[in-house]
Parts: sequence; structure tokens; C-alpha cells
Amino acid sequence: MGMTMTQKILAAHAGLDSVVAGQLIRANLDMVLGNDITSPVAINEFEKAGFSGVFDKSKVSMVMDHFTPNKDIKAAEQCKQCRTFARKFDLDNFYDVGNMGIEHALLPEKGLVAAGECIIGADSHTCTYGALGAFSTGVGSTDMAAGMATGQAWFKVPEAIKFNLTGALQKNVSGKDVILHIIGMIGVDGALYRSMEFMGEGLKSLSMDDRLCIANMAIEAGGKNGIFMVDEITKEYMKDKVNRPYTVYEPDADAEYVQTYDIDLSAIKPTVAFPHLPENTKTIDEVGDVPIQQVVIGSCTNGRLSDMKTAAEILKGHKVHKDVRAIIIPATQKIYRECIKEGYLDIFVEAGCVVSTPTCGPCLGGHMGILAEGERCVATTNRNFVGRMGHVKSEVYLASPAVAAASAITGKISSPDEV
Amino acid sequence: MKANGRVHKYGDNIDTDVIIPARHLNTANHKELASHCMEDIDTEFIHKVKDGDIMVGGWNFGCGSSREHAPIAIKESGISCVIAKTFARIFYRNAINIGLAILECEEASDKIQDGDEVAIDFDTGIITNVTRNETYQALPFPDFIKEIIAKGGLLNSIR
Repeated sequence: MGMTMTQKILAAHAGLDSVVAGQLIRANLDMVLGNDITSPVAINEFEKAGFSGVFDKSKVSMVMDHFTPNKDIKAAEQCKQCRTFARKFDLDNFYDVGNMGIEHALLPEKGLVAAGECIIGADSHTCTYGALGAFSTGVGSTDMAAGMATGQAWFKVPEAIKFNLTGALQKNVSGKDVILHIIGMIGVDGALYRSMEFMGEGLKSLSMDDRLCIANMAIEAGGKNGIFMVDEITKEYMKDKVNRPYTVYEPDADAEYVQTYDIDLSAIKPTVAFPHLPENTKTIDEVGDVPIQQVVIGSCTNGRLSDMKTAAEILKGHKVHKDVRAIIIPATQKIYRECIKEGYLDIFVEAGCVVSTPTCGPCLGGHMGILAEGERCVATTNRNFVGRMGHVKSEVYLASPAVAAASAITGKISSPDEV
Repeated sequence: MKANGRVHKYGDNIDTDVIIPARHLNTANHKELASHCMEDIDTEFIHKVKDGDIMVGGWNFGCGSSREHAPIAIKESGISCVIAKTFARIFYRNAINIGLAILECEEASDKIQDGDEVAIDFDTGIITNVTRNETYQALPFPDFIKEIIAKGGLLNSIR
């Protein structure tokens, strides 16, 4: 029996010639990640278990991104705990205010993740790195603690779903619309326990930022991981970032996929997920009249440079609607700086947006843009659960940077074609 | 290993944001986390829950964030076991890793009602609904996972 991309990576990291779906394995890890929310719980468990060191100080990353710059005293204490741990064990990849970014934008940018690698992170959106052809999945803090100590994690080898992509994206349609379309089609548990494997000639129309966004939201369909076939675009992206050899895995011709979806990228329209599940999708022509009070453009899903570019091009020469607060959050310091150089920051501020330093902040209702009762937000983030961005009676509408920017101008959910 | 208690029943897609809202994640203190458990969908839960009680959900219980604070809050609130049709995968492994008992059983999830008294035998996977005089068979865990649970969680099992 042939293997999928995910199965090949897991087999290689478990020291096995082959694995089959359902098999329980222990795999060696190339990177173990945590943030300022999940690392403290992991550190407590690590210390309680009495481990004396980390397995490899170059293969543990801690990124202070969720409640930073510290939103309150307790958040500050949590970061302090992480900082103390990182210094004690001399971690190479501890990112604090000043050099940090949102973790899933930062690690690929720094070349800390690469094709063929096996990565766990105590953050559900760790599945992002599948865009580079890696096996990468979210776990909890106890797994992180065990991973830091032993360099290993247990996995059940997943079954897989194939997404065969054809065609090319239309104007004002991006990776966000593709993944929202898919989640709307298969549901929030449509890929439960399974890997989502993306391939086909349509790949060439997807930039790395599109792929990172799509893989990022695999978890929103319940997926264990999302993974893309490596092509020239992936290799070009890794060329000046990854300074170690990497391995490209392709699925066997007889790899078993429990389902196959053919997706014509050219047929996908701007898509919006209505409250309170990412599967409640409508295409932009179906949304009707939905007035909004806030727009957030950022997050590990859509805070990359191309997202900022899209927003800037739409907002240029316009003003944010008087009833809307528009919050823009470049995901890393590097992206922030590029935004300054390209003149995007000036466009945003001129339009009446605020621009924040990198933080997960509003995406998870932490800080930097909490909603009051009855308020609605169009966000380029990844979840629209009850209370996700604030009051339990507030609403989050998930959309692309293009739709979010257009909506900021009109004050209601709008197509970029309208502005 | 056995459990016995009253049921707190919820629906499908119970996400980790409603189990423990992110605004409370500025602490890793178990008791503090438990004091906010379920507050965005059931403000009464923390006042009603008693040690040993059982939580029942539908499909995809624990979807969303990887926060281990969610199973920690449920466990610390006194819940002895969560029964659901399916669990989101990160919640599933987190629960096992921290020693919160969970069982997948579609029939139990459908038939058990809020407030029912339920007894569970983890060795056999048999769930007994004392209130309705019914029994349901849950899927057994693989041996590998049984071993983690028997040793009291992941870190005890690898040390």
C-alpha cells in the first residue's frame, strides 16, 4: 500500500519504512513550539516532572505573541515565566517584544520550519507549516512539555483527504476564500482526525501566503494537518530562509485517500463565514446588508505582507466609514517594516485605521479590539465562535483582507468590487 | 475505574473558547480556570457542578484552540468524564495526556438527557443511565492510550 505525504513524513520520523492509517507511532520532532499562553502550562508540567533539560535548544521555539505587549499583570507574569525558562535552558529561538511576530508568520519567515520536517506546537494553528510541505500539527501543553524533554511525540497515523486543485484564482480572491469555501463545503469536522493534502496544477496560482493561509485553517475543518505538495514556488520561498537540507515527499501513486475533492479555483468567489462557526459560509453576493462596527486585518491567518498590500491597495484614497474602527496588525516586525517601506502604513493611517505592533490580541478576544454587546466585526482571523472577540452577543464574520478592507470603507460587509 | 454522577448536557461543536474563554488564559492556575468553566454558554454550570458529575456533548466536542486550559478547567471543576459522539483531535489528546476521562459513544450522547444520573465502567466501556434504566457501549481505548491513562498521564508514562 502506498503512502500519502503525511504518512511518509511520519514514517521517516518514526524510523519506519512504512506506516498505515490508524497505526500508533512515536515520532522524532524537528521543532517544538509554544506561546505565552500555552508555554506556562507546559513549563509547569516540565518542572513538575523533574526534567533536567531540553532535548535540543535549537529545536524549541517560544514566541510571546498572544497577550503581548503584556495586556495586564497576569500576562506579564506569564511572559516572565517563559523568559526565565528560555534563559535557563539557553533556547536559541525565544522571541519577545521587539523581535517577535505572530508565531505562525514568524517561524516560516525565520526559516525555522521546512519541507519534510515534523513539527508540533502548543497552538492549534501550528498546521500552518504544511504550506511548506512539512507535517505540522497543534498539540497541548503537556505534549509540548514532553516534546521539549524528549524530542518525541505520539501520533495516530491519519487517513487523508485529497484536494485536487485546478484553474487559477480570480481577481480579489485569495487563499482565505479557498479555505473558507472548503470548510463551508466539508464542515468544521469534515476532516476530523484526517490530513488534508493539497495538490494539482492549480497550485501554481497560489502564492506562499495563500498556501500558508489555507494550511493555517485546516484545523477549522477538524484536520490533523494540512499539507501542500512542494513545487518551485515553495523552493523559491525556502531558498534564502532555510539554511539546512530539507526533504521533499510526494504521495505514492497508490496512496490511499478516503475522499478526493476536485476544486476549480477559478470558480471560487469572495467568501464570508457568518457567526458562529467557520462552516457558515456565504459567497459575497449572498451576504445581504450586514452593518459592522469593527474590522480587523491581521492574525496568523492573514497578517502577511501580501495581505497588507491587498488592504492598502483597496484603502488607498478612501476613508474608513464613520461607524467603523479599523485595526490593522502586520504579523511580524519584518512585515511591519516592509509596510513602512512600501508606504502601506501611511495609507492605513491616512484612511483612519490604527496600526498595531504584532499581536494575536483581538483574534482570540485577548486585547487590542474587544467587541461590545451586539457589535459586529469583519475579521481576517480564523474563528468566529461565540464570544471569540469579546461579548457573547458580539459577532465575528471571517473574510479575506480584500473583503475586510472594502467593508471598512462602506461600513457593511462588502465586495472589493464595490469600492 | 468507575465514575458516577449527574449529567450536564451540551450540543455539537462545543469549542474551547466557550469551555474557557481566552480572556481568562492569563493564568495557569487550575482553580481559577475552573471558576470560569463553560461561562460563555452556561453561566450556571460552575454553581451546579458537583464532584464526579459527567459532561455530555455531541459531535466535535472541544474544537478550536489547542488550549489545555479547557480540559484542565473541566477536570478541576469536578467533572469525572466527558462523553461525546466525537472529540476534536487536540482536545482528545489533551484530555488523555492530563488524565481527564473521555468516551466516544453516539448512542449515549443522543439518549442521555441533562440531569440524568449516569454510571460508567471504564474497563468495559459500559455507560449505564440509572435514571432511564438504559445501557450504552462506548468505544474502548487502544492499549497504547490505556497505558498513558493507567500511568496517570503522558509525563508519568515517559519518565
